[in-house]
Amino acid sequence: MMKQEFTLSIFSEDHIGILNQITIILTRRQINIESITASESAVKGVHLLTLVVRTSSDMIRKIARQIEKLIDVLKVFVHTSDEIIYQEIALFKVTTKGLMSGSVIDHVVRTHQARILDVSPEYIVIEKTGHKSEIEELFNQLEPYGVLQFVRSGRVAITRQVKELNSYLQEMDEANRLKPEEMETYSKN
Amino acid sequence: MKTEKETKQLTAQVNGYENITGAEALLRSLIEEGVDSIFGYPGGAIMPVYDALLDYKNKLSHYLTRHEQGAAHAAQAYAMVTGKPGVCFATSGPGATNLITGIANAFLDSVPTVFITAQVVSSLIGTDAFQETDILGVSMPVTKWNCQVKKAEDIPDTIARAFYIATTGRPGPVLIDIAKDAQIDKLDYKYKKCTYLRSYNPQIPLNTRSIDSAAIMINHAERPLILAGHGVLLSGAEKELREFAEKTGIPVAVTLLGLSCFPSGHRLYAGFLGMHGNYAPNMLTNQADLIIAIGMRFDDRVTGNLKKYAKQARIIHIEIDEAEINKNVQVDIEIHNDAKEALRYLIPIVKQKSYESWIREFRICDKTEYDAVIKSETKPESGKIRMGEVVNLASELTNGDAIVVTDVGQNQMVAARYFKFSEPNSLVTSGGMGTMGFGLPAAIGAKIGKPDKQVIAFIGDGGFQMTIQELGTMLQYKIPSKIVILNNNYLGMVRQWQDMFFDKRYASTELVNPDFITISKGYGIPAKKVFRREDLKKSLETMLAAKGPYVLEIAIEKEANVFPMIAPGASVSEVTLNYKSKK
Repeated sequence: MMKQEFTLSIFSEDHIGILNQITIILTRRQINIESITASESAVKGVHLLTLVVRTSSDMIRKIARQIEKLIDVLKVFVHTSDEIIYQEIALFKVTTKGLMSGSVIDHVVRTHQARILDVSPEYIVIEKTGHKSEIEELFNQLEPYGVLQFVRSGRVAITRQVKELNSYLQEMDEANRLKPEEMETYSKN
Repeated sequence: MKTEKETKQLTAQVNGYENITGAEALLRSLIEEGVDSIFGYPGGAIMPVYDALLDYKNKLSHYLTRHEQGAAHAAQAYAMVTGKPGVCFATSGPGATNLITGIANAFLDSVPTVFITAQVVSSLIGTDAFQETDILGVSMPVTKWNCQVKKAEDIPDTIARAFYIATTGRPGPVLIDIAKDAQIDKLDYKYKKCTYLRSYNPQIPLNTRSIDSAAIMINHAERPLILAGHGVLLSGAEKELREFAEKTGIPVAVTLLGLSCFPSGHRLYAGFLGMHGNYAPNMLTNQADLIIAIGMRFDDRVTGNLKKYAKQARIIHIEIDEAEINKNVQVDIEIHNDAKEALRYLIPIVKQKSYESWIREFRICDKTEYDAVIKSETKPESGKIRMGEVVNLASELTNGDAIVVTDVGQNQMVAARYFKFSEPNSLVTSGGMGTMGFGLPAAIGAKIGKPDKQVIAFIGDGGFQMTIQELGTMLQYKIPSKIVILNNNYLGMVRQWQDMFFDKRYASTELVNPDFITISKGYGIPAKKVFRREDLKKSLETMLAAKGPYVLEIAIEKEANVFPMIAPGASVSEVTLNYKSKK
């Protein structure tokens, strides 16, 4: 079956070991994680993990159900790249000497919509947000001038759909026929 | 003047709390959850809990097994026969890791179990302390949920959550790892059962639209077949299943773990599915026009080659675990619900029907299987004793009123094939994992769970020796389970595969066995060995009449194979009735 890129947005309780539980599901099926980002979501106490994996559409459906089955996972969303707006961020540390020759720096900042974060006699730190390919393009351009250090983040993504996690949480509560205030009792680590 | 501590204690009392140790809080929480039996094995880190157990002797019976694996299997068997969660204690490190086979077994067979392991003192966690192991990490892939407790005050809530998770939805094992200092420290105890977790929703709203469509499909079917699995037993839907089948006239085939959810003697009983199942349900799976799968997961031992599995049929899948739907087999209607709830809604909206000619096809297949396999297996006239005749005889002598426990291998398949189950939850077997050594400890757990029932375990000579030390547990607690050792001096099932698929190259399957009778007697358990057919009935009767534990060893035909068989990679309709081994 054809493999393609999927973005998994996993909303979970902020408990120890969630990431481990998720990677166990992926490792067992020999699926590599292309990128991963973890942070607190817009809902207090709810964590958001964004994973990018390459696999078949049949497999991603099964994986999403397995992940959603985890007790501490609230909801899993699966998206193909055209269903989301996503970004990655990269930082470049480039030698000042190399970059200052000619109008390179000006060109770079303008055409790539990059930002300069820090300048010192030895190096300049440049920030670039965009898709992986855009970041790679900038990297290739800067490489001849001496890239001292290069780091990039995993993906963060936002969906094009309107329905929000909050409405799913509400649905779950209604299904459990419980008042929202009782949700507060579940706050322990 | 009262000290600060005393004031605190008084305030707590006024608010309905009691100041007790973590160990005591654990036991009190278990009692609150209705636990009365615990299987386990002590050790350094769990000593405070065992010490507290002495004070709760009249409410909690603890059964000391001879190995933690035995405790895990016994707890699982207890849960399978009672429907109550099985509880198991083990210490840190090796105690905890010894549970893993048992936990994995309960996980694959969805049995509600709560495993309590002790952990080293919290300040030492992560230092490679003596008997420290990362049991959370080790057990994560084989538990429904696990959690570590480092503070005494977290014990009651965590236990409440553990029982809620283990017993609701698709049940399964949970593991709670409690640091030694949390067992010793005091807390203000008050118990509140857990009924809600926002990230876990076992109460699935009834999927009425899907069930309505399913009813239309059922009403129009011409050759429908029900496949009933463990989920029917777990949801307590035996009555509903029977009512549904009787109203619609649809034959019911069952999986290994579904056995006993539908009476084996019922006119609509179609037989046992899978690799060594009955001929009719396997063959006719590929001729049905509609399959109604209830609480089963299309395991590979049931489906055989998926590419040739029920391609002609429409499939309705009633299943509580959404991850199981469309996992192995693509279905036409998914009903993500509890079996009992779904059936209750379904029964009034399906039509009363009967399928005489379709049922006749099952009976024709049954006759074929009887002539080719069953007759010679259950009523042989010559040669050595066969496993089938032992099980058949035990079934007749008890009138099917017994709890059957099996080990794994030929003994298991034969017991599943030839015992006539009449009561729900009367088979205790290791299905998904196929754990050899399961039988003996499971026979102990089953008898403790149902002391008034006759418990008969069919165990091979191989599996018996994997947990043979549990005879000590039988001795200590005088557990009157009946152990039948079907001894063919071989690892029979592996030998069968070597015979059929490995050119009769019998690599490491022949066993030189000890004298099981002397061993049993060494444990103070009456035992007898049978060699001849004419002594079989009498010996079984003696065993069944024995008041206490009993071991009956039966010398079995060495080179017998279990048939029918769906060879690995073959389709369900390519089931083999007999096989002449190449000379």
